[in-house]
Amino acid sequence: MARAATTSDAFNAVAEPRRREILDLLVRGELAVTDIVERLGVAQPLVSKHLRVLREVGLVEVRDDGRRRLYRLDAVPLKPIHDWVRGFEQLWSERFDRMDVVLEELMEAEKDDEQRDGNEPAQRDRDPAGRPEHRDHP
Amino acid sequence: MTLQGDRNIVITREFAAPRHLVWKAYTTPELIKRWWCGERGEVTLAEVDLRVGGTWRYVMIADGGFEVGFHGEYREIETNEKLVMTEVFEGMPDGEALDTVTFTEADGRTTLTMLVEHTVPEHRDAHIGSGMEDGMQEAMDRLEQVAVSLA
Repeated sequence: MARAATTSDAFNAVAEPRRREILDLLVRGELAVTDIVERLGVAQPLVSKHLRVLREVGLVEVRDDGRRRLYRLDAVPLKPIHDWVRGFEQLWSERFDRMDVVLEELMEAEKDDEQRDGNEPAQRDRDPAGRPEHRDHP
Repeated sequence: MTLQGDRNIVITREFAAPRHLVWKAYTTPELIKRWWCGERGEVTLAEVDLRVGGTWRYVMIADGGFEVGFHGEYREIETNEKLVMTEVFEGMPDGEALDTVTFTEADGRTTLTMLVEHTVPEHRDAHIGSGMEDGMQEAMDRLEQVAVSLA
């Protein structure tokens, strides 16, 4: 499968449902491949393939324990994903809160303009045909 | 924020400002730079070619160095009223969304409504990062707990 390009970062690595299931298991502790195979009921080669992808993006670490290889979660690469992706709604809330501050300043500036211009109201800013700042298009 | 159908997101917000100013804040690069990052970092690029067929691109560096870039193309522009643009998250370039942002004013206050339409449900879910429909919510919640513990 020519999917290497889609699994090159943690974001894409967790976009695959089976890999999220594996991470879900590893959240609770270290496991060998055979444990994961048993719990997910998925063929070992497939589990190994997913583990390889997860290791490549740094989400999973492996260590040798006698004859077994134990896999564990390293959640650090999830932090930015959490910050960005899971916080989608919160992000927009933060953005809008910041827009409130910007808008307060714009309203102040408009009021100052009106005062400075005397009786000249800031009608030009209400002109739906566009204002100087947006004359990008002729 | 609400999820609409299996591929749309709707976000609504009211501002205590007239809509020509909300429009200005929403479409002026130096103002976009002040709000688009939220509390998560710094906007390093805000390019706006505000005409139909013109492109836009915003890039932010999140705290911790993670770079987030979005870009797209303007499809419809009704100054102070409506903006339709495509949106591509550069971390997932095949997942293009169509954003319709409307600005309505009443009593000096402006309601901004943003409809984000994805071409396929998977892109919507990746966009908000949940995969709620296929029972992955629990797994993602656990991952979130872990991620939060690192904060």
